[in-house]
Amino acid sequence: MRIGVITFPGTLDDIDAARAVRYADAEAVSLWHADADLRGVDAVIVPGGFSYGDYLRCGAIARFAPVMGSVIEAAGKGMPVLGICNGFQILCEAGLLPGALVRNKKLHFVCRDQWLRVENDSTAWTGRYEAGTEILIPLKSGEGGYVAEQSTLDELEGEGRVVFRYAGSNPNGSRDDIAGICSADGRVVGLMPHPEHAIDALTGPSDDGLGMFYSVLDRIGAPAA
Amino acid sequence: MARVVVDVMPKPEILDPQGQAVAGALPRLGFHGVTEVRQGKHFELEVDDSVDDETLAKIAEGFLANPVIEEWTVRRVS
Repeated sequence: MRIGVITFPGTLDDIDAARAVRYADAEAVSLWHADADLRGVDAVIVPGGFSYGDYLRCGAIARFAPVMGSVIEAAGKGMPVLGICNGFQILCEAGLLPGALVRNKKLHFVCRDQWLRVENDSTAWTGRYEAGTEILIPLKSGEGGYVAEQSTLDELEGEGRVVFRYAGSNPNGSRDDIAGICSADGRVVGLMPHPEHAIDALTGPSDDGLGMFYSVLDRIGAPAA
Repeated sequence: MARVVVDVMPKPEILDPQGQAVAGALPRLGFHGVTEVRQGKHFELEVDDSVDDETLAKIAEGFLANPVIEEWTVRRVS
């Protein structure tokens, strides 16, 4: 299985994302923002960082990169896509996920190990979890507050598309404690916290994040939900 | 050539913590009576005559602003 990891100018977490893919015994394939070629990958990870310096809005410029045109097209055909942190912001700007991420409620950049509750265990990236399970993975973001129109929030809740929710105190003012959501077909998932930093107890608070990378390997090639 | 100004503001229902922080700082600086501050973005574009209003609207809606969280106005000032 080949999982692509995109690098934009300003991406920081592509190395850890690729490492997480290898931990799950898959092949990590580097994808470059200026190259529309997805190199035959089976899934794509849009990692965290500060693409294009977060100029204009987080993810606003990255969404127009040549590689994103190919990602949008592939996602339309059911390719699993995971957006982490800045990657989540990019997927929202690109219209692959609804809503937007705004400045944290108290303005501070939040960097801490964060408990999340898995709300949906049927997406392409969460099949290895059990709904209701709480996982501990790092959160590090200044613009992680999830917002959307009330009608969109109602739709997400009604369709079970809130995938992760902050457990305990809400770190950034996200509406309804939302930490991650998915597309209608459950194959595109975005979340603010960083599963790729929690794959090994030696280098992270837990190995709770590894399940996301195993989950997609289970799902690749399976028909859309 | 023409100068075009695009102003982008957070929607009223969207929390604006930056504006709130500015509003909170004013009394500490001795300025009283400012009851609310909202912070947005101001763009000045120099455009040639081939850029019509429809194109400007697309630039504002599709790129300079995010319609999910922001409102915007486009005006030609010269």
